Amino acid sequence: MTTKLFGSKVPRVEDQRFLRGQGRYVDDVLVGQRVLHAAVLRSPHAHARITDIDVADVLDLEGVHLVWTHDDLTGPMAEPLPLLIPHPALVHGRTQYALAPEEVNYVGEAIAFVVAEDRYVAEDAVGRIRVSYEFLEPVVGIPAARAARSRVHDDMPDNVGARLEQENGDARAAIAAAPRTLRLDLTVERSACQPMEGRGTVARWDPDTSRMTVWTSTQTSTGVRGCVAAKLELDLGQVDVITPDVGGGFGVKINHPWPEELLVPLAARTLGVPVKFTEDRREHFISSAHERGQEHRVEVGYDDDGRVLGLNVEFWHDHGAYTPYGLIVPIITSTQLLGPYKPANYRVVFESLYTNTVIVTPYRGAGRPQGCFVMERTMDAIAAALGKDRTEVRAANFIQPDEFPYDQGLIFQDGRELEYDSGDYPASLEKLKQLVGWDEFPAFRAEMAAEGRRVGIGLACYVEGTGVGPYEGAHVHVETSGKVKVATGLTTQGQGHQTAFAQIVADALGVAFEKVEVVTGDTRRMPYAVGTFASRAAVMSGSAIHLAALRTREKALRIAAEALEADESDLEIADGVVRVKGTESQIDLGTIAVLSNPLRYAFDEASKAATQFSVGSPGKPPVAEDDEPGLEGKDFYSPERSTFASGMHAVIVETDPETAEITILKYAVVHDCGHLINPMIVEGQIHGGVAQGVGGALYERMVYDEAGQLLNASFMDFLMPFVTEVPTSIDIDHLETPSPLNPLGIKGAGEAGVIPSAAVFAAAIEDAEAPHQPGLTIVAMPISPSELFHLRQQHESDPEESA
Amino acid sequence: MTEELHDVRLQVNGATHALRVPARRLLSDALRHDCGLTGTHVGCEHGVCGACTVLVDGRPVRSCLMLAVSAVDVDITTVEGLTEPDGSLSPVQQAFVDCHGLQCGFCTPGFLTTIAAGLRETPDPTEDEARDMIAGNLCRCTGYQNIVKSVLRAAEISRGFETGLDGPPQPPEVER
Repeated sequence: MTTKLFGSKVPRVEDQRFLRGQGRYVDDVLVGQRVLHAAVLRSPHAHARITDIDVADVLDLEGVHLVWTHDDLTGPMAEPLPLLIPHPALVHGRTQYALAPEEVNYVGEAIAFVVAEDRYVAEDAVGRIRVSYEFLEPVVGIPAARAARSRVHDDMPDNVGARLEQENGDARAAIAAAPRTLRLDLTVERSACQPMEGRGTVARWDPDTSRMTVWTSTQTSTGVRGCVAAKLELDLGQVDVITPDVGGGFGVKINHPWPEELLVPLAARTLGVPVKFTEDRREHFISSAHERGQEHRVEVGYDDDGRVLGLNVEFWHDHGAYTPYGLIVPIITSTQLLGPYKPANYRVVFESLYTNTVIVTPYRGAGRPQGCFVMERTMDAIAAALGKDRTEVRAANFIQPDEFPYDQGLIFQDGRELEYDSGDYPASLEKLKQLVGWDEFPAFRAEMAAEGRRVGIGLACYVEGTGVGPYEGAHVHVETSGKVKVATGLTTQGQGHQTAFAQIVADALGVAFEKVEVVTGDTRRMPYAVGTFASRAAVMSGSAIHLAALRTREKALRIAAEALEADESDLEIADGVVRVKGTESQIDLGTIAVLSNPLRYAFDEASKAATQFSVGSPGKPPVAEDDEPGLEGKDFYSPERSTFASGMHAVIVETDPETAEITILKYAVVHDCGHLINPMIVEGQIHGGVAQGVGGALYERMVYDEAGQLLNASFMDFLMPFVTEVPTSIDIDHLETPSPLNPLGIKGAGEAGVIPSAAVFAAAIEDAEAPHQPGLTIVAMPISPSELFHLRQQHESDPEESA
Repeated sequence: MTEELHDVRLQVNGATHALRVPARRLLSDALRHDCGLTGTHVGCEHGVCGACTVLVDGRPVRSCLMLAVSAVDVDITTVEGLTEPDGSLSPVQQAFVDCHGLQCGFCTPGFLTTIAAGLRETPDPTEDEARDMIAGNLCRCTGYQNIVKSVLRAAEISRGFETGLDGPPQPPEVER
């Protein structure tokens, strides 16, 4: 791209409303109008049979309009929620009901739904509902799920929802024949997205037009629309879903429909009054999704250069009580674990397990942080065993720049081949070593050691399949005012789409950036769309918008050529004006828009130019047979497969010799997401990812007790990083290997920052300890200072056992 | 059972809002739902995240930890009240544009109010002081890197503003 907006740090247009307090988030919708408020009774028990629900007292409470249990639901609403992504291996898929009929399977599962004048009264009403339970044995944690002493779903033989194996070559034979082998057991604990805005839904039923309008804080408007229509037995054409401003998603809002996304519209139609549900923080902890919990066993065979000859990975994925999102997370771990490497033989097998805990759906990175942790810990272990530099072992295993496209011989999360389109991993590694000062580190370590300080360095590499299909679309409409209205169907939750997409349109169409207005996530404007996940918005909608803008440009040039009596090839568009090159002859896009729509009736001064005695040629229809009125362009982008972004992180940490406190001294990122639309936005995404990664590596975990109670369901107890916990600076360098799969050469960037964190911190902490605790290995993340302290003690008392 | 209602007059951003609210109504809910000032956001309702921070007599207060009935006889400033009388952005708001200090924007009102008060106390913060100033607010999008820069930039703009060197911040180029 040679045009000027693509690639520049254009300030965000959305900032203006956010900074003035004029954002419109879901809980802001219908403020000042009559709206009723919903609250949900949630199970206080992890595993129990519901023997009775007594709601007799509830409607006596002044201000209560409705109370529902499962018995009040009929038709599709009384059936289980959809299993969104079926997979042949998911032989025991289970989803919850909008309201639990007989059994609850996690603390937080919805049992009853109340609508009242305000949320305070609705919660009073929830408190009056009396439920009798018969307690069942809860299954908590991967070991308990595997042991299957009790089962989450008693119609299953055990707790294994799915078992999936993929193999490229013969990994076990290669390991058996390899000169050197290693085994590792690696664990990553549960965490969660925790966007600052929880879930929320508002619905209004219009009896005059028989239409349902739903505003919901989602990552997929079209997905919710389909579910609302199916469950409420409405035609798709009767349902509009609008995603307003969203206060962060990070994955949790791609799952749908949440019970409230169906119950709220149903209540709005039943009561004839708009209804609102706004999740509170405790509800978000216990009833929205978690992720990350996995245990892995690795066997690797390698040669004296550190080249991996065979890699065999088995892992166990805790998917919680239900599987609405299918096997996406473990499939991503199992495939993206390979990163930038090409093991000669690879086998992976996982079991996806039921537990009596909150459901698991993708959280930024979506299984990649675990896969990266597994692969990078393996690389570090090989380097340690051979006494080699960790970067050398990685370099020995890299796919080389001349090997693209590179087929890993596996099937990816979208059902397509895991074929990398482009990249340059040796160049990335070189940049990273420079950026973090890899070769200078031994001198720095010695200097610090002289002061009695322990420092360590680590690095981790990843590849991220981004921009998964099936498609996204865009509609571009030039109004007669010259304003350009753009719509794409996927949603926005902080990525600055209104800015980045406007940059693309301004360049492709040849209009001023300020004239372009982008709408996302509104099914009235673009009913065909998939959603915002898998770092796909820029790739998918960015490409679709580019194509739609080009179509609009083509049409503008065609009409202009006729109006200016010039050849199309002699025309150019700049700043919204079409000119015959080298002449004064010109016409602006607004006028072209007027001419594009032959009129009988003028509605203003400008539109007179398009009326029947002004335009058209006798003998020709006013709108040509293969044409349509209006200066508009629509197009869709549907790539054959994902495009693969990549990157490498390095961190230098200090560990306190006495307290085991862990301090970040330097953090470096090399990132390759192809061509950057707006480098400012991309770097912001990386900063945020790194901060979430720091949380996941050093602080955040979901602490369940053996009864299945979440013990830290608040921001007091679940330790999300404040500014005091993140690196004081993050050094970023970009490499741009464009994707050949889309017209702009872009790859996704949203999730990348979080992927290597667990791996890179484990490596650096282990490295800091190495001179003092030789052989101490870090095999479970996150790690707190107390855990590091105990690891040291354990290692001192029994070096073999803790290694 | 009928809840007892109380007449409350809230002074918000220089305007008076006369409300009838139950004693238990949080100031955050009163501001948002009764006054219609939805710029103040609620992120946790237990006083940790800071998204709901407003200024009470100029000092940052978590409006989810204060009852509306106890917010009488004080001046409340919300994010809507930070904008200059001519509609242009205040130095703190402008700094967030300049430094890309926000992404989803949900935590932002709490940061803006906190920093506005912080800069009155510490008009020329060091980088460490800038970090301290925002250390009680959670953001899940930005990793705080650009928020720290925004604090320093806001101080810079304010200094230019006061000394007349740079003039007031320019109004936004793009109006929607």
